[in-house]
Amino acid sequence: MSTTINVNQAAPDSSAQIPAKIAARDLAFYYGDFKAVKDINLDVLDHRITALIGPSGCGKSTLLRIFNRIYSIYPGQRAEGQVLLDGENVLDKNYSLNRLRAKVGMVFQKPVPFPMSIYDNVSYGINHFEKLKRSEMDARVEQALRQGALWDEVKDKLKRSALGLSGGQQQRLCIARAVALKPEVLLFDEPTSALDPIATGRIEQLFAELKTQFTILIVTHNMQQAARCSDYTAFMYLGDLIEYGPTEKIFTKPSKQQTEDYITGRFG
Amino acid sequence: MSNEHIVRSFDSELARLYGEIERMGALSVAQLEHAGAVLLARDDAAASALIAADVEIDALESAISQDVLRLLALRQPMARDLREVYSTLKIAADIERVGDLAANVAKRSKVLNQSRIIPAVAGLPALIELAAELVRESIKSYLTRDAELAKRIRERDAELDQLYTRLFREVLTYMAEDARMITACSHLLFIAKNIERIGDHATNIAESAWFVVHGEAFSEARTKRDGTTV
Repeated sequence: MSTTINVNQAAPDSSAQIPAKIAARDLAFYYGDFKAVKDINLDVLDHRITALIGPSGCGKSTLLRIFNRIYSIYPGQRAEGQVLLDGENVLDKNYSLNRLRAKVGMVFQKPVPFPMSIYDNVSYGINHFEKLKRSEMDARVEQALRQGALWDEVKDKLKRSALGLSGGQQQRLCIARAVALKPEVLLFDEPTSALDPIATGRIEQLFAELKTQFTILIVTHNMQQAARCSDYTAFMYLGDLIEYGPTEKIFTKPSKQQTEDYITGRFG
Repeated sequence: MSNEHIVRSFDSELARLYGEIERMGALSVAQLEHAGAVLLARDDAAASALIAADVEIDALESAISQDVLRLLALRQPMARDLREVYSTLKIAADIERVGDLAANVAKRSKVLNQSRIIPAVAGLPALIELAAELVRESIKSYLTRDAELAKRIRERDAELDQLYTRLFREVLTYMAEDARMITACSHLLFIAKNIERIGDHATNIAESAWFVVHGEAFSEARTKRDGTTV
């Protein structure tokens, strides 16, 4: 099934058509012979938070992995179709992976700080792309840690190991590390599933602050989180995009029975 | 569509809520019909008993409010479940008002019993019968998720308005003819108005039933036939 959904038609703020930051076109993905994503067409709107929901194995994390081509390091995995980032197909071999990773940052389920200082965790990626003077780097690290809502908690211990931070702080450090590269898109794969409710609340608050600067895509199993945090929600099932629309509509009056059954806990 | 939740206890909690609405609805209709009988029988003692029985409906409304709060807090219902739980709260408030209005009819009937019979009282049973039917059917439309029935009930409120208008004009004539009847007739007018209001609550319930099914309010304006203000 090929799915095309023009989310702008159903958007609450559709008076001004929001441009698509990422546009998936007839996007398919294979793990060997298994087709995990089935010819999806999806517009991820600029400076909006989009949540991807669906049962395990529906292809939502796979979709995220396609958007920054992280799959390409694994043999036997391939994507077909197009992923247009600002109109350019990032799946094209000529699209530099370095350029893509600088534009599309990713934060994973389990925070994985590098075994180095808090400061170096943030500066490490910047050093890879830019040569900055010490004072400039200090400013960039501070800016990133502020964007990650972590600065006030770590400003006096920047040289300490990042491994000494709590789980929630480590995840915010990973967010700071991702935003330090000044990406345009941030991908979050179950970013709070390992965190307690307080740490989760801080991250969710952070989403709202970050969306003024970035386009955000979140994969979550927590439907309340999708409802609380996102502007748009896409529901996937068995590799198909079933429904995509404004979050308020998806959670109060979805159009498709499958969506309704899933979000009300009647699935299966 | 599968109707059962994966977490079965959610279904039993919803079923309990619907059961409470059904019981509350049956009680309020019984109170309303009983109020009509009490009125015609000019029975003060029965009227007092009816007024006292209203606490049962109030208690059910309170129980439903508690159950809805618990469901919202513990289950975080979504989509149709959310609409159903939300509507249950609204419908319970409407039924509670039906009970109050029926009790008020009984209360005013005790005043009517102090004066001689006003012939216009004979028009009340038809009014009460129709109002009771509208309440009963509106609750049925909610419990059976029958949006078409809800739509018909909403349209039928105009019939009640017409009956009310006719009675209103008749009572006005009595008042004009005999000033000594003004007190009793005023109470009779309030009784008729109470019953007309009950029809409005039945309409509210039908509109909630429609919302549960379709996720949106009625788009068309409702026909009003209450001609007492024109």
